[in-house]
Amino acid sequence: MVATPEKPTYKVIGTRPIRPDGVDKVTGRAEFGIDTRLDGMLYGAVLRSPHAHARIKRIDTSKAQALPGVKAVVTSADFPDVESGTLDLGEGSANPKWLVDNVLASDKVLYHGHAVAAVAATDPHVAEDALALIEVEYEPLPAVLDVREAMLDGAPILHDDLRTAERAEGMHADATKRTNVASHLQLKKGDLEVGFAAAEVVIEREYETSMFHQGYIEPQNASAFWNKDDELTVWTSTQGAFSVRDQISAVLRLPVSQIKVVPMEIGGGFGGKISIYLEPVAAVLSKKSGRPVKMWMSRDAVFQGTGPTSATYSRVRIGAKRDGTIVAAHAYLAFEAGAYPGSPVGAGAQCAFAPYDIANQVVDGYDVVVNGPKTSAYRAPGAPAAEYAVEATINELAEQLGIDPMELRLKNASREGSANAVGAPWPKIGAQEVMLAVKNHPHYLSELHGKDTGRGVALGFWFNGGMESSSTATINADGTVMLILGSTDIGGTRASLAMQLAETLGLTMDEIKPHVVDTDSVGYTGVTGGSRTTFAGGWVAYELGMEIRRQMVERAAQIWGVPVGQVAYGEDGVIVGPVEAGNERHMRFAELAGKLAATGGMISVSSTQRKNTAGPAFAGHIVDLHVDRETGKVSILRYTAVQDVGTAIHPSYVEGQIQGGVAQGIGMALNEEYVYDAEGRLRNASFLDYRMPVANDLPMIETVLVEVPNPGHPYGVRGVGEVPIVPPQAAIRNALKDAIGVNFYRTPVSPRVILDALLPAD
Amino acid sequence: MTTTSSNRIVINTTINGEPIEFLADMRDSLLEALRERIGLRGAKEGCNNGNCGACSVMLNGRLVNSCCVMAAEIEGAEVTTIEGVASAEGLHPVQQAFLEEAALQCGICTPGFIVATKALLDEHPHPTEEEARFWLAGNLCRCTGYDKIIRAVLSAADTMAK
Repeated sequence: MVATPEKPTYKVIGTRPIRPDGVDKVTGRAEFGIDTRLDGMLYGAVLRSPHAHARIKRIDTSKAQALPGVKAVVTSADFPDVESGTLDLGEGSANPKWLVDNVLASDKVLYHGHAVAAVAATDPHVAEDALALIEVEYEPLPAVLDVREAMLDGAPILHDDLRTAERAEGMHADATKRTNVASHLQLKKGDLEVGFAAAEVVIEREYETSMFHQGYIEPQNASAFWNKDDELTVWTSTQGAFSVRDQISAVLRLPVSQIKVVPMEIGGGFGGKISIYLEPVAAVLSKKSGRPVKMWMSRDAVFQGTGPTSATYSRVRIGAKRDGTIVAAHAYLAFEAGAYPGSPVGAGAQCAFAPYDIANQVVDGYDVVVNGPKTSAYRAPGAPAAEYAVEATINELAEQLGIDPMELRLKNASREGSANAVGAPWPKIGAQEVMLAVKNHPHYLSELHGKDTGRGVALGFWFNGGMESSSTATINADGTVMLILGSTDIGGTRASLAMQLAETLGLTMDEIKPHVVDTDSVGYTGVTGGSRTTFAGGWVAYELGMEIRRQMVERAAQIWGVPVGQVAYGEDGVIVGPVEAGNERHMRFAELAGKLAATGGMISVSSTQRKNTAGPAFAGHIVDLHVDRETGKVSILRYTAVQDVGTAIHPSYVEGQIQGGVAQGIGMALNEEYVYDAEGRLRNASFLDYRMPVANDLPMIETVLVEVPNPGHPYGVRGVGEVPIVPPQAAIRNALKDAIGVNFYRTPVSPRVILDALLPAD
Repeated sequence: MTTTSSNRIVINTTINGEPIEFLADMRDSLLEALRERIGLRGAKEGCNNGNCGACSVMLNGRLVNSCCVMAAEIEGAEVTTIEGVASAEGLHPVQQAFLEEAALQCGICTPGFIVATKALLDEHPHPTEEEARFWLAGNLCRCTGYDKIIRAVLSAADTMAK
């Protein structure tokens, strides 16, 4: 670990306590969304489209309805009409009209696996049987699945009323033209023409990336009970209970005050468990049947119907001086949105060149609908594809200039005060620190031996989010503190937030009891996403701690009968008053807690904070790999991930986030992809065929935690969860070039792709 | 095993050392029976076709994916689930090692990993890293990159050897 000199000494932060929810999770007692069990509950199931694009002519549910055990059947006709608008989801946004249409198709199905109807029955097998009795008459339509084909004139059109939203300055879209291009944006800095004119070397390359699925192990699920007084309760596995409440409210036109969302433990999300899918369906099935309804998706439905990340096409052009100074850069990014607009191309555009200080740059981004599942956020949404294209190009540039790839990056590194993609100055960032740590790492300096082995490096950037978080802290008479949280704990945030409150109060981790509660029981809290929870929730924990300190000091002053100004909250949670005639005054936190009830009452404080001071994150990865020329299999020999983490609150879970992000990135680089047939049907909707890394695919993943504290946080926290997924695709692609001398321009580079490149074309 | 009307069967078996009799649907997998009929929800459904290992249980001393076993097959058998791994005295060393090594993030795959790890260590008390990685290749984890899981497995092996 590289400690920066200004880092203060902490007592709890930086230690590795056992997480508060740990025992429940190793004994099988933790209740995840799929474990919800309600008295008298029915089981719901969803019928999905076999077509990639078709008009729904007729749905007849009468036979399903008549099956003994079936208590309710719903189609889109059971949902209220909703109007177009914009609903903020936290990591991305949604138009409620499209959201409800994705939940249950109305006039058309837009992708293979699009939900069409749903049933609720007394037994899961009966529900499955009932689906087979629903008759749907389709009129198949031509489908388009590739982003570039979808942009062509004459391509099959998904939405008759869609027009391009032109967001580039000085450009105007044809308001009469039916199109699949939902929007065009342009980020501009400096003068691109002047920049390229000054360049001595110009390099231009094209890239493609596949759709990738988040691959959480727990399928989407929802249980709902619609009471006779129209009070709706939903139990679900979500990254954001309040976001789910907002979305349900929008699509069912039910006031938020009548909806309670209970966030169960969540079995992975990575951005994919923000949008609603089953929640409103379970709710309407419950309303129609009068009973609680539980639903969960089969794995093939998860692949077919829930958010993958965008497949992309990009073109990157970079101009540089012979000494390596980059003077101009242009990126063209076309992102698939899936069936409804809303790809993360905007974020990708801002991330593309973020590690570099380039005077003249333009990024064009296109959001394009295709006949695939609506994409949703996936760990640093938009960044992996955009930065893969840039980092691959940077490496080719380094090779062309004969400059060490890390040297070239350092020469052009973004730094505090230099302008980012939208022209704003960077705050304190650790880009250079990360690059130096990579360049000086023993891994980078070591010699790599062996035939068909190669080494690659790449950088990554992600903004990290701020947004809103709320908590309540209540002091118990024994001196422990209950910490009530609105944030879903997806990877150890009960621990990281309790640790920050403990640090503020000078207590131990064991004395703080964190609990995640439902939307009726805590203030508004944004999604667990955007690498924001430890940052934003930590701010709240700090504010709560400071307010508790203030009130405890006040109470001690009252008990001692001295002015408040003479009492201080000292180290280790000891409250100290003035010394008089050798009479020392001090109380431990627990001692004072025991006196609260009798001296004016217990103390409970709440806080809602919305801070826009999240610290951007940079990462640099080094990978060594070996290519088996017989099979095309790539073995990862060694992997080192360097990252500016601000301050590591619980280093084990920081390392775990980085290692998990790396593993997902390796999957993107080498194996994971969606395979569609010519009719647009998904052919690999299983964990066997959508090949995520397993334990024996990976080595240990070394992490280097660079700590450049975020000045916008009381403990220097930056987000850590997302940026580690950004560098792997380019790092591995660059290592493959080193190993076998081939530049690949598409991910994943699967064994088949490698064999195609190595074997003589015959 | 008694078959009733409407596809129901009465099954007599032993789960976590307790004899139990329950009513299942003929079509129930062991996983469905555990979760929806008996109420033991520690084994998880991640894929329902044997690819993810989240539903791992021991059946007559063998590690199986309970989604790929029919409920009817456990008549007269002995089944151990995640709920049977800890004892009244406390956690099993494998569970303790997973906690101490921070070998879980979301925790959905953890019951499967713990059952599979216990099976590994019962059979091979001193696995190498490579052996542990191969044994656990049938259990998917999407959060951790497996690093800390493998460390927990090797650490549990050390503890159990003492």
